[in-house]
Amino acid sequence: MALDRWIALILLGICLAYGYAAWFTMDSSLAPFMRRNPIWPSTFPKVLSVLGIITALIILLGLEKGEAKEGEIDYRRLGDYHIGQALTLLALMVAYALCLRPLGFLFSTTAFLIVGSYILGERKWLMMVPIALVATLIVWYLVQQVLGIYMRPLPGFFGG
Amino acid sequence: MLEGLLIGLQTALSVQNLLMVVGGCLIGTFIGMLPGLGPMSIIAIMIPVAISIGDPSAALILLAGVYYGAIFGGSTSSILLNAPGVAGTVASSFDGYPMARQGKAGKALTIAAIASFAGGTIGAILLMVFAPALSSVALLFHSAEYFALMVVGLSAIAAFAGTGQVAKALLMTVLGLIMATVGEGALFNLPRFTMGIMDLQTGFGFITLAMAMFALPEALFLVLKPRKIEGEGDGEIKDLRITRAEAKAIAPVIGRQSLQGFFIGVLPGAGATIASFLGYAVERNIATKAEQEEFGKGSIKGLAAPETANNAACTGSFVPLLTLGIPGSGTTAILLGALIALNVTPGPRLMLDDPQIFWAVIMSMFIGNLVLLVLNLPLIPYIAKVLSIPRNYLIPFILFFTLMGAYIGQNNATELLLLVGFGICATALKFADYPLAPLLIGFILGGMLEDNFARSMQLYDGISFIWERPMTLGLLVIAAILIVLPSYRSRVAKRKASGVADGD
Repeated sequence: MALDRWIALILLGICLAYGYAAWFTMDSSLAPFMRRNPIWPSTFPKVLSVLGIITALIILLGLEKGEAKEGEIDYRRLGDYHIGQALTLLALMVAYALCLRPLGFLFSTTAFLIVGSYILGERKWLMMVPIALVATLIVWYLVQQVLGIYMRPLPGFFGG
Repeated sequence: MLEGLLIGLQTALSVQNLLMVVGGCLIGTFIGMLPGLGPMSIIAIMIPVAISIGDPSAALILLAGVYYGAIFGGSTSSILLNAPGVAGTVASSFDGYPMARQGKAGKALTIAAIASFAGGTIGAILLMVFAPALSSVALLFHSAEYFALMVVGLSAIAAFAGTGQVAKALLMTVLGLIMATVGEGALFNLPRFTMGIMDLQTGFGFITLAMAMFALPEALFLVLKPRKIEGEGDGEIKDLRITRAEAKAIAPVIGRQSLQGFFIGVLPGAGATIASFLGYAVERNIATKAEQEEFGKGSIKGLAAPETANNAACTGSFVPLLTLGIPGSGTTAILLGALIALNVTPGPRLMLDDPQIFWAVIMSMFIGNLVLLVLNLPLIPYIAKVLSIPRNYLIPFILFFTLMGAYIGQNNATELLLLVGFGICATALKFADYPLAPLLIGFILGGMLEDNFARSMQLYDGISFIWERPMTLGLLVIAAILIVLPSYRSRVAKRKASGVADGD
């Protein structure tokens, strides 16, 4: 089964779960006076769940025939691409999300930019470190001073 | 109209807003030139900045400037490197790149700039004429018609997705609508589908979703498959002048394509990309035999046509956004999201309630086009240097700006994890050839669609509004036809084709 039909299967599952909530569980907590309304909070979701299930089934069963398009990236040969780099960068983004508060903006961002370039194969430390530092400071200045949004600059234990 | 123009001019010519236009165009050109980053990603990245400005006119002017700049930058990399930064400028590379190979890069850029300028300016004039007329009609609409109109818009977007893709685009639209129902809606004040998670109480963040749908997958694709940048982009751009004969040759092309591109842009679902390809095809068909030979080998007409059409279409796509509040493309959907975040509801009331916003945007289109022609064109040889930034530095920065955009909007680290999660899902969808723009458009329109649906239901005490209001019924029938037609036609075509194959 091709990837698009697997995805249709997953989306069908999501639509079914959503539909179950809309049709069977949501209305139980509805106040009696609201039941007299022609529209309930669950009305629109009910319609959507039906539409979603129908379209997902059309894709899953291959009812709509179209010529197979050659995508930009052939997912069957993911190994040929830089998949390792992409996954490491995603992990780095997660790490950044987790470190931003506890370690402060300045440290996290500089580290993110340096490690990001390193993952992509950059080894010129003398270029990388100053660029990352300067860029971090500029962005911090813009966000903090110009846009006026507070971001903790330093790690929490420095009282930043 | 004159009064409106003056208000708009006054707003657009303030120092702040002039800076916004110039800055937006420059940033847009700069980033639009990078292959792989489309206008949607660029605008998504710029939204937090625009929102924190706080002034809706200034924000919209900035974002519109970024939009034109991105298209302009995209054509620059199409011409110089045969590496279109934006789908809408792919057709520009057909003749622009051969011209550059023949050493006429400067001339090609000038033609592109003039064609873009003319397309954008004529488009803005048409917008000025049509938008007020359309919005005075739209004022007669009730919520039932609005509901139906949004259904038409959403189905048109799905219908334009291409053969074999309509079901996928529809599923994405429905998924977007489903995601819009998560959280506490204005209508019922009840949290829905939050699964007891506090962070979902306010629903999904629009900026996070926009970044996850466009900027992140595009950046990941750049990591997965580094594009080979060929060609000689080392600043050999000289002799920007064109001759009088050349100007004469492209003038009628520009005139025709401005009109055609504008009206294609007005249609929901058909944007700059379709306009530019269609413009190229039409001009090739009506050219003389000798000129047809030239197409694809460096014809100035072949370059002027898509360049005019894509800019006119960009302007045209503002018509449904500003008059009906319904975006026809991913890019205008993002603009709509930004406007809602700034407490401005685009639609027919916009022209009455906030005329300065409406007219300032139109005036800024003229100024923006002028900025692109006068400021950006001479700077192109220098801006083109951005193409030589190594990707080892570029990609971490793109990822960082994506993260920052989501963080600034919500000030919440959970949002960053959501961004990465959705980004991975979006990349998988992109692998499987699911279009992502319908999802975001559905998400942005979801709230309004449900509001209008609920209001009509309450007014008519049921769904009888569908057949009691002829206009609503008519619009819904159009929506149904739009969805069924593409698959019906491909089925008929296949039956014919199979008849030929099994002819024995």
